[in-house]
Amino acid sequence: MRPFQFHSPSNAAEALQKHTKDQKTHYLGGGTNLIDLMKEDVERPDHLVEVADLPFKEISKTANGGLMLGATLNNTDTANHTDVRKNYPLLTMAMLSAATEQIRNMATNGGNILQRTRCPYYFETSMPCNKREPGSGCGALNGANGKSAIFGWSESCVATHPSDMCVALAALNAKVHVEKEDGSSRVIPFSEFHRLPGDQPEKDTTLEIGELITGIELPESQFPDHYYYYKVRERSSYAFALVSAAVGLKLSGNTITKAGLAIGKVAHKPWKLEKVEKFLAGKEATLENFEAAADLAFEDAQPLSKNAYKIELGKKTLVQALVRAAARS
Amino acid sequence: MKPSNQSASSDRKLGKDEEQLLDDLGIFGQSRRTFLNQMSAAGISLMAVPYFTSDMFAQASKAPDLDPESLLNALEVNLKINGKTYPLQVDSRMTLLDALRERLNLTGSKKGCDHGQCGACTVLIDGKRKLSCLTLSATCKDKEVTTVEGLTQGTDLHPVQAAFLKHDGFQCGYCTPGQICSAVSLLDEAKRGEVSYVTKNVKDEVTQLSDEEIRERMSGNICRCGAYNNIVQAIQEVHSGKAEMPRWEFATEEQLEASRPAE
Repeated sequence: MRPFQFHSPSNAAEALQKHTKDQKTHYLGGGTNLIDLMKEDVERPDHLVEVADLPFKEISKTANGGLMLGATLNNTDTANHTDVRKNYPLLTMAMLSAATEQIRNMATNGGNILQRTRCPYYFETSMPCNKREPGSGCGALNGANGKSAIFGWSESCVATHPSDMCVALAALNAKVHVEKEDGSSRVIPFSEFHRLPGDQPEKDTTLEIGELITGIELPESQFPDHYYYYKVRERSSYAFALVSAAVGLKLSGNTITKAGLAIGKVAHKPWKLEKVEKFLAGKEATLENFEAAADLAFEDAQPLSKNAYKIELGKKTLVQALVRAAARS
Repeated sequence: MKPSNQSASSDRKLGKDEEQLLDDLGIFGQSRRTFLNQMSAAGISLMAVPYFTSDMFAQASKAPDLDPESLLNALEVNLKINGKTYPLQVDSRMTLLDALRERLNLTGSKKGCDHGQCGACTVLIDGKRKLSCLTLSATCKDKEVTTVEGLTQGTDLHPVQAAFLKHDGFQCGYCTPGQICSAVSLLDEAKRGEVSYVTKNVKDEVTQLSDEEIRERMSGNICRCGAYNNIVQAIQEVHSGKAEMPRWEFATEEQLEASRPAE
């Protein structure tokens, strides 16, 4: 690991001040991703600004009936918080499908949504990767792209976003609260927080230097009863998804009145299925409709040389998640 | 391990203690020669560990100071480990695992992958299991760290440690300190009603863990020897409070006798 200076600010203002100073400054949350990347020599910060102990550890009700998840609260305590479990069980399930208890105990909510891709070319410093080293090329585009994107990729990057939590947050229409150095703040709709690679794959999000995530806001609970996070992976625990689906349904009898849907590990960002949500609204919760929904979800997929399997797998994953969500009583 | 020039030669004369050691190990004659060719002196002395008295393992209360010039971006931290405070000067890069093992002689926590994938370095930080290989020492000030060395009460083993022994929850033992720390924390998580991905409905708290729940919750601790069944059994025994019979037993004298070929 390369040398760096370590800073431990006591409040957000101090942390933000440090973050504007230098482009090679990183916030340090739980460190489960960043420290690993530094050991791999992928990330080479000159300064680390510890934010894990900043006082954003509360989960509080918002004025419009939603919930605010503190950015520095860890994933375990967030997923197991009574209000989250009871009203946003989809988020709990997605968060607990990720990593291990040790890692979830360390990982912060802000850090989770900022985690980097697990594309092998990003990790292997002897390989080209535009995300790691802009201009060096994309090794995965015509290489080992079995786990790469099938939606929204560009010639410069085919990486996928690895987070499970984010897939649920996309389905739930969360918002990201950010504080700026001048003390002002802004709120970013979740669908605009992560970006597609385009010709700037080094940028995962729309967050700017000198901004700090303070919380993640959930709107009023919509899917407390019919929910499922279905994660398909190469082993049944402690693995990243090949494809995953987050499903929240609101049912009246057997009629779907509202759906919150997103799929994971298919694009540079969690893939929100707005079109499919609209398609399912007002329809009966039947296998036939779920299969039609899955066809619609994947109709624009553009597979690479080795990941066309993700289309069929993704459809089945989404159908399974819909069936299981609807079947909950 | 780097063999010394001396041990590379099969003709080298053995010291009295080495003779004794090889005798005790039951290595004689030609096999002693072969053995010597394969082992360095350092290797032999490792095998002699059981012969050392226990004060060999007495821990230094204060870590030796490092030459300040060997530290980059040095930081002062007070590490609270197993109820004891260790003032330490560390490089900003030093992980908690390296501080424990290299500076404080607390070598119970193991370095397996050093990338957060195997769980061998698991320790408890403020009562929660975390990975010491991905934790910077600099972030541990004011936090209480418990390592496997801190689980015993005097000379009494922690119930999880005793259960691992009873159920043979290990083979080589390298992952065991991490497994045990992880299991100790898991039992507390269950008492708090934490749910997991395999919980049927995460809206309901879970306080009685099935074997499936234990497996899912222990998935961050890899065991290369594959002692998983016994590990789950050991944890289940402490969790449920019901004595589980190990699924193996020592052979009785009669069984041994019966297994011997007739004269």
